[in-house]
Amino acid sequence: MRRFWSWSIVGLGVVYFFLPLVGMLEFSLKMRRGAYSLDAYASVLADARFRATFGYSAVMAALTIVLGVLIVVPTVFWVRLKLPKLRPVIEFITLLPLVIPPIVIVFGYIRLFNTSSWLPLTGSTLGSDILLMIGYSVLSLPYMYRAVDTGLAAIDVRTLTEAAQSLGAGWATVLARVILPNVLVAVLSGAFLTFAIVIGEYVFAALLDRPAFGPYLVWAGGNKAYEPAALAVMTFALTWACMALIQLATRFSRHTRMQPK
Amino acid sequence: MSFLDLSGLRKSYGANAVVKSFDLTVEKGEFVSLLGPSGCGKTTVLRMVAGFETPSAGTVRIDGQEVTGLKPNQRNIGMVFQAYALFPNLTVAQNVAFGLKIKGMPAGETRDRVADMLRLIGLPEMGSRYPFQLSGGQQQRVALARALAPQPRVLLLDEPLSALDAKIRVSLRAELREIQQKLGITTIFVTHDQEEALSISDRVVVMNAGLAEQVGTPFQVYNQPRTRFVASFVGTLNTVEAQVLDAGAGRLAIHGAAVQMAVPPGTRGKVQLALRPEAVHLGYGVDGDVVLPATITAVEFMGSVIRVRAACADRIMALDTFNRPDTPPPVVGAAVSLSFKPRDLILLEG
Ligand SMILES: Nc1ncnc2c1ncn2[C@@H]1O[C@H](COP(=O)(O)OP(=O)(O)O)[C@@H](O)[C@H]1O
Ligand SMILES: [Mg+2]
Repeated sequence: MRRFWSWSIVGLGVVYFFLPLVGMLEFSLKMRRGAYSLDAYASVLADARFRATFGYSAVMAALTIVLGVLIVVPTVFWVRLKLPKLRPVIEFITLLPLVIPPIVIVFGYIRLFNTSSWLPLTGSTLGSDILLMIGYSVLSLPYMYRAVDTGLAAIDVRTLTEAAQSLGAGWATVLARVILPNVLVAVLSGAFLTFAIVIGEYVFAALLDRPAFGPYLVWAGGNKAYEPAALAVMTFALTWACMALIQLATRFSRHTRMQPK
Repeated sequence: MSFLDLSGLRKSYGANAVVKSFDLTVEKGEFVSLLGPSGCGKTTVLRMVAGFETPSAGTVRIDGQEVTGLKPNQRNIGMVFQAYALFPNLTVAQNVAFGLKIKGMPAGETRDRVADMLRLIGLPEMGSRYPFQLSGGQQQRVALARALAPQPRVLLLDEPLSALDAKIRVSLRAELREIQQKLGITTIFVTHDQEEALSISDRVVVMNAGLAEQVGTPFQVYNQPRTRFVASFVGTLNTVEAQVLDAGAGRLAIHGAAVQMAVPPGTRGKVQLALRPEAVHLGYGVDGDVVLPATITAVEFMGSVIRVRAACADRIMALDTFNRPDTPPPVVGAAVSLSFKPRDLILLEG
């Protein structure tokens, strides 16, 4: 009887979560009257704005990931190695983007970097792109930080660093040849999360007026019938693909981590 | 001028001095052990030699060159850690080649050197394995090969055997000594295991609370310990108290039994003497031996050796006797006589 109830609750949860998705999927297939078809998807893919905005956001995501890795990996490494007392502080800082609404952050940016400020980033396309990339790396900071921190926890950072140093390695070599290869999987999972966040982000892109995928999604939602459903299904699929890739990367690399006791 | 020269090394963390004025000179090709209990500062001394800690005072000299201010990667020192510190993402061969690559050694030469090193540690076929595919003993041998490959001036080993099984520990330490002698590399070996230190070292530094209490050959520190700490840490030790009757004539009394032994002139009152378990015998011994009455409290049969504990006045004495097939060991509670030669008594400083 208890099993029955627990399964019922699980079932209820599954229905609650999946029913809207199934509804959306079903709706996205109904563009052609009276028959299921992929017309909505074809229409989305044929839309030049879709391709342009998606491409723009994908490039931004890639740049954000590079920036995030360059900031987070050395920081986490240094904190673990030399400033373990600062860890709670750093952890708190990396959590701030979850607490402060993006709208507040972006208004702050606009105030600080507007055309009449000391660094008028919003005055040019390139400047706005840079600002957007920086904003995105702030948004993804909690995820990137946690992913890399977990990755570094799995290896003996201190001893490996010292072993490399005693073999003649400087800091750059230690980071590039010892630390990074050993946290690559963690960095990858952080990267996929960053990608998923950047692709769907709306507030930053809209307020900085950049042609990103998020604003396009919103625009399509207001102006088309079947295509938004198709787009939603596609973004879901993309996010899930990212999550599957994280799983895959973790599994793929697990054997190199195991150390006999 | 000795090859490695540590002079007046000090290390404090805040008000806490964990190494207090440490001096040591090591000759080229010598194998020196730092032996002491956990927390006495052995690792800290080693890390100052390697450059991972900056001394609060004092200097480190290698081959006449002062290296105190140099970074670890500028010192050309090989180091092996207690935790198997192999790079998990690299194969055995890549691990051994790591230091050579940084030195910029050409690929062909590197390959030959790696092969030589793997042969030296007896794992010539394991080059393409990953660390996780090796046993602890094999990993530690690879770590040794990796440290030795760039031909460092000094090899530092921080309890490299402590994480291994007892059997492997014993065989690997012999192998380590053999490799060290073959290459003639100057080595400092840190351990808290006295047997380990005594069995493979040219000289042993017995450390206590941040100080070197005694430096000497294994034979010296075992047989002529200068302090009570050294005597008790290196091997099992019996201590007996003696009353000085006449320092000039060397007349002492142990529980009433007269003993003749040299003490510094002017010594008076009570002194602490040490006695190794193997120097104490059951029975009356021969003429001139000191004889004390005692009661057997425990008998440990260990095979070729039998370790007996006996209560003698207010102290327990441990003594070792050899097993003899025709003589059964003594029984607990038996009243016996213990005898030893006055010349086996060691006068302790503190
Ligand atoms: N970074 C540090 N900060 C404060 N105290 C330390 C630090 N490193 C070591 N110590 C202290 O120094 C003492 C000696 O440590 P160590 O050299 O590792 O001893 P051993 O290797 O002989 O066991 C210990 O009491 C330890 O707690
Ligand atoms: Mg130690």
